[in-house]
Amino acid sequence: MTISIDPQKTNNESLQPKGWLRYFSFSLDHKVIGIQYLVCGFLFYLIGGTLASAIRIELASPMSDFMPRDVYNQVLTLHGTIMIFLWIVPVVNGAFGNYLIPFYVGARDMAFPRLNAVAFWLIPPSGLMLVASYFVEGAAQAGWTAYPPLSITTPQSGQIIWILSVLLLGGSSIFGGINFIATIIKLRRPGLKLMQLPMYCWAMLGTSLLVVLSTPVLAGTLILLSFDIIANTGFFNPVLGGNVVVYQHLFWFYSHPAVYIMVLPAFGLVSEILPVHARKPLFGYTTMVFSIMGIVVLGLVVWAHHMFTSGTPPWMRLFFTIATAFIAVPTGIKFFNWVATLWGGKISINSAMLFSCGFIINFVFGGITGVALAQVPFDIHVHDTYFVVAHFHYIVYGGTVFIIFSSIYHWFPKVSGKMLNEKLGIIHFIITFIGFNLCFAPQHWLGLNGMPRRVAEYDPQFQFVNQISSLGALLMAISTIPFLVNVFLSVRNGKDAGDNPWNALTPEWLTSSPPPVENWEGEAPLVEEPYGYGKENS
Amino acid sequence: MTTLDSSKEIQKNNSEVNETHEDFRMFGLITFLIADGMTFAGFFAAYLTYKAVNPLPDGAIYELELPIPTLNTILLLVSSATFHKAGKSLLKDKNSDSQKWLFFTALLGIIFLICQLFEYFHLPFGLTDNLFASTFYALTGFHGLHVTLGTLMILIITWQSRINGGRLNSQNIFPLEAVELYWHFVDGIWVILFIILYLL
Repeated sequence: MTISIDPQKTNNESLQPKGWLRYFSFSLDHKVIGIQYLVCGFLFYLIGGTLASAIRIELASPMSDFMPRDVYNQVLTLHGTIMIFLWIVPVVNGAFGNYLIPFYVGARDMAFPRLNAVAFWLIPPSGLMLVASYFVEGAAQAGWTAYPPLSITTPQSGQIIWILSVLLLGGSSIFGGINFIATIIKLRRPGLKLMQLPMYCWAMLGTSLLVVLSTPVLAGTLILLSFDIIANTGFFNPVLGGNVVVYQHLFWFYSHPAVYIMVLPAFGLVSEILPVHARKPLFGYTTMVFSIMGIVVLGLVVWAHHMFTSGTPPWMRLFFTIATAFIAVPTGIKFFNWVATLWGGKISINSAMLFSCGFIINFVFGGITGVALAQVPFDIHVHDTYFVVAHFHYIVYGGTVFIIFSSIYHWFPKVSGKMLNEKLGIIHFIITFIGFNLCFAPQHWLGLNGMPRRVAEYDPQFQFVNQISSLGALLMAISTIPFLVNVFLSVRNGKDAGDNPWNALTPEWLTSSPPPVENWEGEAPLVEEPYGYGKENS
Repeated sequence: MTTLDSSKEIQKNNSEVNETHEDFRMFGLITFLIADGMTFAGFFAAYLTYKAVNPLPDGAIYELELPIPTLNTILLLVSSATFHKAGKSLLKDKNSDSQKWLFFTALLGIIFLICQLFEYFHLPFGLTDNLFASTFYALTGFHGLHVTLGTLMILIITWQSRINGGRLNSQNIFPLEAVELYWHFVDGIWVILFIILYLL
């Protein structure tokens, strides 16, 4: 490990805006913006989680007795949209990206600080607008996919607000992506080579490429959809000569890469966390980098595997099945690299490590069902059933959300200067892990036996398994309590963390906790081996 | 135009540390234009798919008149050249020459928009008549929106490159270069649009 300049303790308090009020300001500081993303995202996570609980309460009995059917449709639409566009995408990209990337490239801020603040401040208004649309004429009812003709025929005002809100969030995402690409490529400290960057930078570079290439297509599609709704055009309306399958192609051209936009940053974060708590270098750095880039390229050409029941011609099915199967290769490489990183390491069993291991286990599950779903005969059988619901929750919750919690446990000492309570953290992990698997593992069975998704009522033979699933959802809801208690207690009187409580080698730990406004008092340190554990005194 | 101010902000913040870095605002703009280009790519893909798989009803197949769009193509290509001249003049500190070229460019943009509107009013179909009509208006309209924004930005930098009190000069030429790149991008999109929509 080489550090060209010793990081100095900073006393430059005069630069720092005082107090918690700065989190409500148009701050240009990447660390403030990162925390804004995280807290804002978490508030929406609580809203989305409440909606999820409502769904599971409704599904505890076969009849639609807890809420009317159209309200159920609104709830599931809002749940999906909020969780994807207001919780996972902003947090796993915006929050951790903004906080960590400038440290990792040895910069004092992002490349375009003002654009960065604009990108964040697009999120709260569009999120509030989306939630408030429930009180207008009912929220959108067509699911987060907003497939026409359903989205054209359901009440208009909710759907239009939904489109406007998603357009704003997409814009925010694109601005963020431009910023990350420019920061990683152009703002690296002199002497820092691309292949010396921590893995999260590579993950964010790949993710931002996907954001920049695919989100605009969604924006264009939604503009056309809004024309169909407002101006009575017929782009996607078969009655007027339009073509619904074109919408599906354009939508999934964004929304399949969106899966990688949600999960690639988590790959990067877990690659940061595992080496620190296993005291071993990250296994296979170069293969990790090439896997990420492989996933980016392949991720752009697999979208139609969501559409095998939409009358896709055989050649298209063949191509997209094979391309999807290929994605399993780089993903598998990454999985084995994480296991190899843990292998023989001095593993500390703490909350961050537990959540990361939970991620690896859940993600393998979700990955295997993903490959299964890409096979046409199987997909046609389980299309639009709870098997799909189980699969993607294993990816986005069991994968990404586990990593979000892992990252919070890992970086909380850096952000606040206080340690989190490990006991509460481990309780949080145990309840989350059991609750999550109890909730979603049975849904594989439900799907295989033919229970359709997005319907408030179901065949009474599925009731028992649905109740197990609802019990799991209850545990997941409860698991938030120890986490929130932990954060509040630790912020008030947690024990001091010091600058580097984990003895980590990545650059953000080489400054004070919390870091000063421009990250380093002197020149940024040059970290050539961010994963050089077990070599010298570490 | 948040990107334009950002590097100034960094330098202001770091005045004590006195660090500098290369100007990467153009890099950010290019990334943005790639994203913007993807929006058009989505529209073009939709249009071509419709053309291939959605047969239009009888009487909905139009021979588009070519003179106006051809004139528009020439207008935009010339305007790209005049914009380039404006940048060259500003670099040689000939601000008033630069202003003349910029104003001429904006004028060409405005004539383009007027021609476009003239074409709209004389087309035999309206927005909701059929799938081709809708796609036609969506594509040309979205491009026209880009031309409108570009023209407004050109008028702003024309005003800003005046000799007394203007912020643009041979030392600070980035805003002009940025708008120029955007304008070339919009021209390029028009050429593709012209080929796909009118000639194919």
